[in-house]
Amino acid sequence: MTSAIRLSGVSRHYGAVKAVDNIDLDIAEGEFFAMLGPSGSGKTTTLRLIAGFERPTVGEIHIYGEVAQGIPPYKRPVNTVFQDYALFPHLNVRDNVAYGLMVAGVPKFARHRSANDALEMVALGAYGSRKPSELSGGQRQRVALARALVNNPKALLLDEPLGALDLKLREQMQEELKALQRSLGITFVFVTHDQGEALSMADRVAVFNEGRIVQIGTPEDIYYRPISPFVADFVGSSNVLPPKLVASLLGREVYGSLRPEAVYLSDQGHAALITSVSFLGAATRVSMAVSDVAMTMLLPKGATIPKVDDIVQVNWEASDLHLMFAP
Amino acid sequence: MHSDRAPLGLKIAAGLGLAFMHLPILLIFVYAFTTEDKSYQWPPPGFTLKWFAVTWERTDVWEALALSLKVASISTVIALILGTLCAAAVSRTKFFGREAISLLVILPIALPGIITGISLRSAFNLADIPFSFWTIVLGHATFCVVVVYNNAVARFRRVSGSLVEASMDLGANSFQTFRYVILPNISTALLAGGMLAFALSFDEVIVTTFTAGQQQTLPIWMLEELVRPRQRPVTNVVAMIVVIVTFLPILGAYYLTRGTDTVAGQGK
Repeated sequence: MTSAIRLSGVSRHYGAVKAVDNIDLDIAEGEFFAMLGPSGSGKTTTLRLIAGFERPTVGEIHIYGEVAQGIPPYKRPVNTVFQDYALFPHLNVRDNVAYGLMVAGVPKFARHRSANDALEMVALGAYGSRKPSELSGGQRQRVALARALVNNPKALLLDEPLGALDLKLREQMQEELKALQRSLGITFVFVTHDQGEALSMADRVAVFNEGRIVQIGTPEDIYYRPISPFVADFVGSSNVLPPKLVASLLGREVYGSLRPEAVYLSDQGHAALITSVSFLGAATRVSMAVSDVAMTMLLPKGATIPKVDDIVQVNWEASDLHLMFAP
Repeated sequence: MHSDRAPLGLKIAAGLGLAFMHLPILLIFVYAFTTEDKSYQWPPPGFTLKWFAVTWERTDVWEALALSLKVASISTVIALILGTLCAAAVSRTKFFGREAISLLVILPIALPGIITGISLRSAFNLADIPFSFWTIVLGHATFCVVVVYNNAVARFRRVSGSLVEASMDLGANSFQTFRYVILPNISTALLAGGMLAFALSFDEVIVTTFTAGQQQTLPIWMLEELVRPRQRPVTNVVAMIVVIVTFLPILGAYYLTRGTDTVAGQGK
């Protein structure tokens, strides 16, 4: 596995603020890599460090084996899809897409042909003469994608590219991006604060918090085996069991995590006071208090649904309770 | 509704106000055609076009006009370069003392011209710089820079920073980014600022009085003409030309900056 992008001990400090704090990262060639975290967790700064818009305070960045320090953004073999798309308002769509080729000195005819091909790829072949202001949000997103990809980057950096789209469009773009990455075979580094997006699209996910990477792993690792209460909580609403409760069950005083779908109604187990019930369609989410700890469970279609203020018995398989040894 | 139309009294007052501001200018135009050349006599005893011919023959008018145009052009070019650079620095980067610099750049236009004039004159004296064409240009550039800076800085703020980053990301170096992304987005603001600067420089009197040596710019020449009356209506003919020459760029600047409310570089 060839390393596409490697960060070793990279930090970016703004005065006393540690936006990125001692990060190690190794992204493989052709990988779809997601950087997931709440806002201000350092994921976007990390992306900007790779793109070259920020300089690391300490640490080394390698892009395809070459040291990136001192290489300006315009000489790096990566291209970025910006959060606000950053389309040039004074150029039409075709000239926007052809911009990278234009500054590289590609003749007009050749670059327009490449731009048109790239627009075809994102299903906007007929929109070349429009101005960006005449496009919808989803269309601008595709233009930004075409504009980056037309330069044949070795890695594509995407900064929350789907954040401004509505839910349906977002789901559609997720599938298209994934298909595009598979067909092009280039490295995608994708920044998002949406855990569903990260888990469904990425080969591997890095979870960021307060400038550090808390956990790196496959979506399954992150989802089923979170390393800390933060990851369990941030990546999809796991029940975080406090050490006291875990100690009473297993005799070890560490945090535990329990997927909501692993909890079921049972004749014997733990007494739970139902606090709210929400119908989700395929399942029903039930919030409850178990020994004063707030927990949720997902009940499948067809299960008996308790009512608010009922006291019921719930249980789970011991193997589903995952212990988290990181603080 | 009753509030749609202004009451008659207000209309009359507004009309009188406008008349008060603009009738004197009309009067100057009228005197350009009078047959009386020693004093301004109302009503003019007769009308003639001969002063246009006389003005055409006067070499001192031509010299003053040429000097004014040269000074205004060069001051404007200097202002365009320095004002744009300064606006770029202030709106693009954060550095210690940025606000102070922004204030210091704007100060010359807030200061009375006489202060700027006196201070420049004493500075030139101290440094033993002889008064020349270039001292006039320098004096004018102080306030021309402000006009360009103000126009450019407003536009720079509206060109979103990610456009510059996008350009760099796509392989453009700083010069290409300026040429293909920044310049097209700020060009109308620069044109408007340049036109205003030109108009300001063209009719400037006070600073010029202090920074000129023997040369006479057009406004200075007019002032001199009023003091010693000789072919007075020539002054009025020149005044008409000045009004037209300064009015056109200001009108142009107005139309260029009008209707640019949509923000360049709004991503969403």
